[in-house]
Amino acid sequence: MSASTNIQYQKLEKRSRITNLLLRWFLYFVLALFAFYFIFPMYVMLVTSFKTMDEIRQGNLLTLPGQLNIESWAVAWGGRGYGAGDTYLRPYFWNSIKMVVPATFFSTFIGALTGYVLTKWRFKGDSWVFLFLLFGCFIPYQAILLPMARTLGVLGISNSILGLVFVHSIYGIPFTTLFFRNYYVSIPNELIKAARIDGAGFFKIFFKILIPISAPIIVVTVIWQFTQIWNDFLFGATFSFGKAAPIQVALNNMVLSSTSVKEYNVDMASAIIAGFPTLIVYVLAGKYFIRGLTSGAVKG
Amino acid sequence: MLKWLEKNLPKIVLAPSVGLISWFVYGFILWTFYISFTNSKILPKYELWGVGQYVKLWGTRKWLIAVDNLLIFTVLFLVICIVIGVVLAIFLDQKIRAEGVLRTIYLYPMALSFIVTGTAWKWILNPTLGIEKLFVDMGFENFTFDWLVNREMAIYTIVIAGVWQSSGFVMALFLAGLRSIEDEIVKAAKIDGASLFTVYWKILIPMMRPVFFTSFVILVHISIKSYDLIVALTQGGPGISTTMPALFMTQTAFHKSQVGLSAASAMMMFMAVAAVIIPYLYSELRRENVS
Amino acid sequence: MVALSIKELSKNFGSTEVLKKINLDIEEGSFLVLLGPSGCGKSTLLNIIAGLESIDEGAVFIDDYDVSKVEPKDRNIAMVFQSYALYPSMTVRENIIFGLKQAKTPKDKIEKQLEKVSNFLKVDGLLKRKPSQLSGGQRQRVAMGRALVREPRIFLFDEPLSNLDAKLRVEMRHEIKKLYTSLDTTMVYVTHDQIEAMSLASKIAVMNEGIIQQLGDPQEIYDQPNSLFVADFIGSPSMNFINGVLNKNSQSIIFTPNNENNVKLDLSHYNFKSSIEEGLKVVLGLRPEYVSNMQNNDNRNLSKISLKPTIIETTGFDKNVTFDFANTEIIGRFTPNSGVELNKEIDVYFDLSQTSIFDHQTELRL
Repeated sequence: MSASTNIQYQKLEKRSRITNLLLRWFLYFVLALFAFYFIFPMYVMLVTSFKTMDEIRQGNLLTLPGQLNIESWAVAWGGRGYGAGDTYLRPYFWNSIKMVVPATFFSTFIGALTGYVLTKWRFKGDSWVFLFLLFGCFIPYQAILLPMARTLGVLGISNSILGLVFVHSIYGIPFTTLFFRNYYVSIPNELIKAARIDGAGFFKIFFKILIPISAPIIVVTVIWQFTQIWNDFLFGATFSFGKAAPIQVALNNMVLSSTSVKEYNVDMASAIIAGFPTLIVYVLAGKYFIRGLTSGAVKG
Repeated sequence: MLKWLEKNLPKIVLAPSVGLISWFVYGFILWTFYISFTNSKILPKYELWGVGQYVKLWGTRKWLIAVDNLLIFTVLFLVICIVIGVVLAIFLDQKIRAEGVLRTIYLYPMALSFIVTGTAWKWILNPTLGIEKLFVDMGFENFTFDWLVNREMAIYTIVIAGVWQSSGFVMALFLAGLRSIEDEIVKAAKIDGASLFTVYWKILIPMMRPVFFTSFVILVHISIKSYDLIVALTQGGPGISTTMPALFMTQTAFHKSQVGLSAASAMMMFMAVAAVIIPYLYSELRRENVS
Repeated sequence: MVALSIKELSKNFGSTEVLKKINLDIEEGSFLVLLGPSGCGKSTLLNIIAGLESIDEGAVFIDDYDVSKVEPKDRNIAMVFQSYALYPSMTVRENIIFGLKQAKTPKDKIEKQLEKVSNFLKVDGLLKRKPSQLSGGQRQRVAMGRALVREPRIFLFDEPLSNLDAKLRVEMRHEIKKLYTSLDTTMVYVTHDQIEAMSLASKIAVMNEGIIQQLGDPQEIYDQPNSLFVADFIGSPSMNFINGVLNKNSQSIIFTPNNENNVKLDLSHYNFKSSIEEGLKVVLGLRPEYVSNMQNNDNRNLSKISLKPTIIETTGFDKNVTFDFANTEIIGRFTPNSGVELNKEIDVYFDLSQTSIFDHQTELRL
């Protein structure tokens, strides 16, 4: 090997070391920049909620409060005790809970059973049935708002939490079916065949064999449904008003009602309260949250 | 009798979901479709009226503005979300030390409702006390940022908030896609002398075609349905400068008592979504059947 | 001249020592096979030679230059992967010339190389296709073409045949052998399949648990394995191992198998490396082809024992016969016409000139 080739090798080594370092710094810089963009609103919300209105007017988005003023939080949650015209989040928070829990349960349960049938008890045309149901994930709900409003009226459950549970359970079915079907598809059919040979019937197989190994997908589905239903505004605003409203509707009403002075700190505290449950779920079970997003989407 | 029950049990169990979806999805859409051809005002009338509502719709200024806004928003939303998503995914794929933390940060906005997002950004973009004041306090005395109340610029505030909410999702999709590629391809490219940039640009990104497709479909879908974010951020204002089809539909139905017109607008939205979703579902199912 | 030299190479993954002070010199133009079970470190060693994996200790020299810190693309190497790793969104033509384009090779040179290689590997009809439109064997050839077109100093192969079915595997193995004989380039090949190793290699490095157990040419490793591990790994059916003790007297060294105190095998001819102590526990290794019914050979050291077959397997060429002996099962290869029958005692001849003796404790060849 000639000496000049040796030198070439050496030069290559040095250059790549420096460029690598520079690239690395650039990488971290860009990532940090975006991190700032994403954290910024949360920071602003938190900081603003703890300021007094004077501090807000005198300072700016980034300034910290002098002390942690929790008054706006108390007002956001429990109101001022004025009586009529005083909106606060507490009753609507519980409305949402009363709505989310049953709706999540029903849609998840039905989705599990449906996914089970479509993958383990196949029949001619079952792919079409799946497609038929899947389509429900994608429809713009504007196309069903009018008839649903009338139906709820006819059934006597319009403007009620029960009505919202009804609506969310139904429109959750396509999603929950998608999740369970995609999960059960990869469970070997031999498991079911062995159970049938052992004499187990339809429901026994479902409850005793499939459900025990469904923990991962149940978590993903429940988290997904919880998030979707808790965060819903369209159904809540269209099918309820006043006392039966869920929290996102209440939040919007509170923020929009500009009776006297705009209380930005109360607005921010309200927003955080409204967003808190789903945020906590995300922080604690983020892995499953992401799995739900990507598996549901990537698999179509 | 019992035998028949046993044999058909699976289909019986399937019946409720199929029945519910048939009625509440397909049945309802058909109802709305029908009503869009009637002259319903406050209450639905069932005599067919022809395509009058559609004619009226496309002659309504508010609707045309809504559609125009939708196009602007969709294009910007799509392009920016995908660019940010791809860039962040590629950067995070570089064995970053704080990857877990960063991923959490980029994705958490998706856990929030659009109302919460809209409320937060409404405050940030507040014409006097928000970004404008921040920059003024930092020394840029003549800085103004009144996009939120500016007829021309308000639509872009919705883009900013929408991108903030959804780009993390695109990033998650692309990161999952990149990670699913076996590393032997990258090794081969390294031996072939490809620079890091070339590896991504010429090899990995072209392999991500399905993810681009999926992201495109989902983002367009989110965009067409945009309602919550608009209500929280601008209420369709100032005036009607940021109105969108979803807003139009709700307002004509419940505030203007124009059920027929509203139904027509809802069907337009439906057709727009169907135009994107149906080819997507078709190709996905074909791909699954082939493999 | 020495084309590739590995000096005192160590590599850890976390707390696991994957490679332990490896030393290896490879002559130019030889075909080295890194053979071993999964987890022995062979793939890691290959990746380090390629520059795809970093080194913890030691160095790699290509043509006497220390390439330990040099990028893969500058090492003048090419690699064929187990999954072929063809670029899915490019055509066969683009796949093959990709490396040349990255090196900014002039267009006419690229065309010339492409033509040469695609004719040689018979992929010239496939140039416009995409990898997904190719069969397994075709993909293999395109992968080789991509490596070949860069005219590297060293070819690296990472278990390229593992994904192929048995018949195709033999076919592609021959193609690789033909490639080697026509090119004469240095090749380093990783596999866990000892048949592949034996048929392709000019030198085999048998690896286990991060160290090279033995380095030698195929026949040497087959006839004179220097450890129990190597002896067991090479050869199919594998070598018979009989535990026993060595006893010395003034004239000879006798091997007595455990549980068979009547049997005394004379090992006086055996070339022991050093003197052995009386009563040493050893393992006697004897390949099945030397446990047979044949007796008509001179200058061989045969011992005759009468045994009953427990299993007889016909291969067509011969019969693999299993016997219980010395508390273990041994296999012999009998001619088809030997008249061997289950449970009927037959004379079995042990060709002791072909044995390998291993220390029971150290497992090394004595």
